[in-house]
Amino acid sequence: MSGIVIKNLNVWFDGAEERVNAVKNTNLKIVQGESFGLVGESGSGKSTILRALTGLIPTWSGEMNVTGERLGRHRTRQFYKKVQMVFQDPYAALHPRHSVDQLLSETLRLHGFSNVDRRIEKLLDNVGLGPTFRFRYPHQLSGGQRQRVAIARALAPEPEILLLDEPTSALDVSVQAEILNLLDDLRRAHKLTYLMVSHDLAVVGHMCKRIAVMQMGEIVEIMTIEQMRDLNPQHPYSRHLLESSLGYKRQKEQVPQKP
Amino acid sequence: MTWLEVDNLWVKFPTRNGIFEAVRGISFSLGEERLGIVGESGAGKSMTGRAILQLIRKPGQVSANHISLDGDDLLKMSKQEIRKIRGQRISMVMQDPKFSLNPVMTVGEQMMESYMLLGKKSRSEVRNKVVEALEAVAIRDPSRVFNAYPHELSGGMGQRVMIAMMLIPDPDILIADEPTSALDVSVQMQVLGILDKLVQERGMGLIFISHDLSLVSSFCDRVLIMYAGRIVEVCVADKLHEATHPYTRGLLKSLPRLDTPQERLAVLTRDPEWARAESVSGVK
Amino acid sequence: MSVSGLPSGNHPKWRSWLLTDTPTSRHHARIASLYQGWLSFRSNPMAMFGLVILLMMGLIAVFAPLLAPHDPFVQDLSNRLAPLGADDHLLGTDSLGRDILSRLIYGARITLYIVILVALIAPVAGLFVGTVAGYAGGWIDTILMRITDIFLAFPRLVLALAFVAALGAGIENAVIAISLTAWPPYARIARAETLTIRKSDYISAVKLQGAGPFRIITRHIWPLCISSLIVRVTLDMAGIILAAAGLGFLGLGAQPPSPEWGAMISEGRKFILDHWWVATVPGLAIFLVSLAFNLLGDGLRDVLDPKDSGS
Repeated sequence: MSGIVIKNLNVWFDGAEERVNAVKNTNLKIVQGESFGLVGESGSGKSTILRALTGLIPTWSGEMNVTGERLGRHRTRQFYKKVQMVFQDPYAALHPRHSVDQLLSETLRLHGFSNVDRRIEKLLDNVGLGPTFRFRYPHQLSGGQRQRVAIARALAPEPEILLLDEPTSALDVSVQAEILNLLDDLRRAHKLTYLMVSHDLAVVGHMCKRIAVMQMGEIVEIMTIEQMRDLNPQHPYSRHLLESSLGYKRQKEQVPQKP
Repeated sequence: MTWLEVDNLWVKFPTRNGIFEAVRGISFSLGEERLGIVGESGAGKSMTGRAILQLIRKPGQVSANHISLDGDDLLKMSKQEIRKIRGQRISMVMQDPKFSLNPVMTVGEQMMESYMLLGKKSRSEVRNKVVEALEAVAIRDPSRVFNAYPHELSGGMGQRVMIAMMLIPDPDILIADEPTSALDVSVQMQVLGILDKLVQERGMGLIFISHDLSLVSSFCDRVLIMYAGRIVEVCVADKLHEATHPYTRGLLKSLPRLDTPQERLAVLTRDPEWARAESVSGVK
Repeated sequence: MSVSGLPSGNHPKWRSWLLTDTPTSRHHARIASLYQGWLSFRSNPMAMFGLVILLMMGLIAVFAPLLAPHDPFVQDLSNRLAPLGADDHLLGTDSLGRDILSRLIYGARITLYIVILVALIAPVAGLFVGTVAGYAGGWIDTILMRITDIFLAFPRLVLALAFVAALGAGIENAVIAISLTAWPPYARIARAETLTIRKSDYISAVKLQGAGPFRIITRHIWPLCISSLIVRVTLDMAGIILAAAGLGFLGLGAQPPSPEWGAMISEGRKFILDHWWVATVPGLAIFLVSLAFNLLGDGLRDVLDPKDSGS
């Protein structure tokens, strides 16, 4: 069963002078239950694919299928029950004037759930936050706690597919570890399909089984995690990206180390 | 050669619920080296960099036994003298070049202005110097960048311009606060290469503030690890993986690794004892 | 206000309950965030000064019959244009022998009435137009904003004069005229705020829950626009009071014999060289209240700015 199938996807932005093609002729197939990574540098179009999928960018052509259904111009509420997204910056993704309780209960009501109180408590529990967090405002939460709340919101409609847009890039490494572990647990517990976007190859390598490398709006290579671990990508750009992320290499005229 | 010595530095902010101590009595020295300061957000690493140049805004307070640059105590200087130091002997590069450049002046004009401040020279002479400085940071087409406005530059280009600008007065010390965090990895490496070359060629001292452990360990000579306003450990950079403090070890272990697959990432449990323990001296 | 009046013995317990970062219920969370706003407001002495003056003005307006030493409408031609500190007339009398202090006290009611009505009409209209234009974009935005521009292009007082001339003189018509001229700046602010808010991730996130534009505007955008509008309204209050006084001064606002402050200045104008207090005293009242609103607005800006709350 296929989770997400994308054929000949083009996404563009209509600028003042010219049309900017953000994604060009992209094909992608993600099996249900898989966890798939999209990597690339800024402007490579990786986040744009997620935004086009969720209907946040209307200017696209091609074919997108989610769990066998072909997507049209407009997304129904039914679609949002199946597909949810976690945003990059937890400081920007929560309404500054809404408490956790308001945020989750609004989400649950929009999807037509009853016994909202019970569900809120269960959601907070699922993401490792106790009931004490329920009535807090975003400014009373740390970055990691905010991201947990955002994940709880995404889980609220009980989706099958979770789109993760750099979910940990704004967080400290120790918090990143907690969030990645949480996402891993949730995927197993709820049999979720992940499509994760990141610029950090190590993070994607930890979370995903297959990885697509994007450059300037095109997928240049799809590799397996083993290929990446062996530092053996086929495309020169993937190799360059991989080498850059291994850390800084001194030039040859290295000064002698001081004691 | 020791450029800078910081002895028992404190940065405090009065808040509604009492005094918040962002930096709590740290000491370190800087020679002709790349000194990394790492830590998580809120550890006080940026505050340390700003406190040296007395860029902490009111109501924040900076105190220390001394912050001496080549033997002169920065804390005892007048505002005017500090401004001179800031412009000529210690420079600072911030995370996002967009906030540090004047949006309504071309890059060239801004850079020429900083040159003019150093002394009266003819415009054409200054112009040549600026183009030279742009070439020094590996900008291929200096005359185009010279006439560009900041918004017309990409992130990596803007950061290079910032570095070029900071280098105009030929400072002894460069403080770089997360200079590459907003950049893509490949651009990041280029910018680091430029910084590296400058330290080696000019014998500068570099304070490199970052949250990225693997970057700091591969780029710097010596690393201070900060936690809750204190230095918990000092390491030789390429021996960072042999660090002994549980906090440093915990941070290292929580990083996902490209080469070895892990089932689960190690989660850092914080010991309140770490925050209470005395600061380790970073004086060499 | 009520919190600061608590018995001091209870203070620490109340304080920690109110200053908590871990509220236990919806009400607790709301009250705690209000209290914290109040604390940061209280730390601004100038804003407190403004608030105290306005509270006093409110009390004076409510208790005018008890406070006024004379009937503001009773004329006493034998005692006209009495100077400041005259027997029984602290602030003197006007050209018809009416007690100026009493007229000022009753005038507070009219001023407050105008201010409240305008404050209810203009920002609400502006908020509605601005957020709809900003969120919808496209041709709706173009039409609404061009209408706003047309209103903005007229000098305020001239436009108000035209409306009053068409509608007839009187306080209510003055209020309508002032409101009609006051809403466009609010629409501009609300639109500008909406343009930044609508691109933010939290709006995208709620769109991904299937929320429609009506819900997004009213539940998610309005609460964020309102704070900057409140600040702007308090800062504009001075201008509104002056516009009302200006209409009164021109004889197009409150009609004699009602003791509207602008109309009082207008009456006193004839004697300004020999009997300066007749025009000056109501002028000082307008000045004081305008100043108080400005100080209050400055203080509110510090409290309500969402970027400032927290961390």
